[in-house]
Amino acid sequence: MRNTYLNALYELAKKDEEVVSLVADNGLIVYDDFRRDFPERYFNFGISEGNMITAAAGMASCGKIPFVYTISAFLAYRAYEFLRDDVCFQNQNVKIVGIGSGLTYSTLGPSHHTTEDIGLLRSLPNLTVFSPSTRAEVKWIMEETYKMKGPVYIRLSNNSEEYYKEDAEFVIGQPAVVRAGNSVIIMVTGALVNEVMEAAERLESDGIYAEVVSVHTLKPLDTKKIAEMIAKAGSLVVVEEHNVIGGLYSAIAEVMAMEKIMVPNLAIGLQDVFAVDYGQLKDVRAANGLDSTTIYEKIKLFFDSI
Amino acid sequence: MEEREKIKALKKKIFITAYKAGAAHLASSFSVIDMLYVLYCKGIVRYEPGNPWNEERDRVILSKGHACLALYVILNEIGMISDDELMSFCQPGSHLGGEPKMEAAPGIEASTGSLGHGLSFGVGIAIACKMNHYNNKIYVILGDGECQEGSVWEAAMSAANFGLDNLVVIIDDNRLQAMDSVEAIMSIDSWSDKWEAFGFETIEIDGHNLKEIENALVTKPGNGKPKLIISHTIKGHGVSFMEEVPIWHFRMPNKEELEIVKAELGILDEELKG
Repeated sequence: MRNTYLNALYELAKKDEEVVSLVADNGLIVYDDFRRDFPERYFNFGISEGNMITAAAGMASCGKIPFVYTISAFLAYRAYEFLRDDVCFQNQNVKIVGIGSGLTYSTLGPSHHTTEDIGLLRSLPNLTVFSPSTRAEVKWIMEETYKMKGPVYIRLSNNSEEYYKEDAEFVIGQPAVVRAGNSVIIMVTGALVNEVMEAAERLESDGIYAEVVSVHTLKPLDTKKIAEMIAKAGSLVVVEEHNVIGGLYSAIAEVMAMEKIMVPNLAIGLQDVFAVDYGQLKDVRAANGLDSTTIYEKIKLFFDSI
Repeated sequence: MEEREKIKALKKKIFITAYKAGAAHLASSFSVIDMLYVLYCKGIVRYEPGNPWNEERDRVILSKGHACLALYVILNEIGMISDDELMSFCQPGSHLGGEPKMEAAPGIEASTGSLGHGLSFGVGIAIACKMNHYNNKIYVILGDGECQEGSVWEAAMSAANFGLDNLVVIIDDNRLQAMDSVEAIMSIDSWSDKWEAFGFETIEIDGHNLKEIENALVTKPGNGKPKLIISHTIKGHGVSFMEEVPIWHFRMPNKEELEIVKAELGILDEELKG
């Protein structure tokens, strides 16, 4: 995902000289091409995320198109007020790219996790929030982000699996179907789609045909379309590498309330806790009930109970 | 009109506007008005009245946004804000609130209010203007209390690092903050030493001496460094009982105090009506 983002950024910079890149002591090696070919448009702000975000807003006020890049925890949490006051309130054309979202930094613990950021970011007026699940989504999101005039946040995590065909089309606000099915709809966002896809395969061997959709846009949401998808499926599971309070489940619950639909539903995510344990991403997901086996078991139990 | 008389008239306008609104940060507005007067009325800030958003304009960012009434009154003085707009200050339907909102009027370059943001915003603008090879200046006005915000120092470090000699930072050093003196709340040895250590060329001036202000603003910094002007001022300057008294950070006078203000700023009863 990160390389897809960087390639897209490089192409945008080649096309438009107003595109500038800001980092906060992050991106060694991976930014080499950009630094080599556009050195006058590359700014390392050091370890000062708030300053970087607001400086980006200042640059945008002069017509630049800044892409700000660093670890998502330090963007969403450390720099939140700067993002709110200077980028969102002033409605500046700043693109913010957070890497290592969710539990990606699995050996480093909650200081480096982002498991409350969706709630924080979705509630900021003027901000569009993307959370891609695969490289194809990242590529499309970069095109849309460049076209939009206004603040955008892109929540990147790690995933090298690609589930879409080459001609897949995406629409802002509408979840994309990753896997067709008609027994239950599973909504997921970000790289956790891998665990969900594995769980869906196992459910199929039990005769449960799960539709898996990637909620690549967290704001705005096409509430009508989402309500239609949920109503058609008749039951809903939301899976997220995030607190179930304020995250994807909350967003989908808002849609259900607004659109006046109610179906049996299940939230799989962090139950108002910080993630526990260390290890590889697989290990930490398992320790927190977000591995494919636990997801499969929970959905099986849920499906059998309705 | 003699210049001190002109500034007294501006203070009078600040007070009348605040009185009609019912609230404003008067004392901070009074400490910074001399600096704003020199910036805008002595030909320092370059702007085109007919084309106020010209990309190559100089920019003034009032990071200590609570003193915005002083900025509004100066923008009114130079014709960027109408009398009616100014008198709408803090009223329902007005663009002009108690903290500045970006582009609410020409000359309002940033939405400030939460302290410690303006310098970073100015750094971004200064970088962009340098990239575009503009020959303009970016002025950022901070409070001395505001320098307690850590983000000010992140921004200061980056201004020097990126060689922003088009950036002029002004500290309205009135030595008071909301609850007490800056010295009593968070004592520091010397602003000048600290900013120099962060890579700025610093100048200290009497912020109520118009000639000293002008000289400091026109002095060119050497070696590609950003410039810092420490403008020693008196909070509440021009109203005797407000001067250097912390409680006047955000308060309006009572009946007896009002009489003193009227006498000292030359305000007539009818000017406070309506």
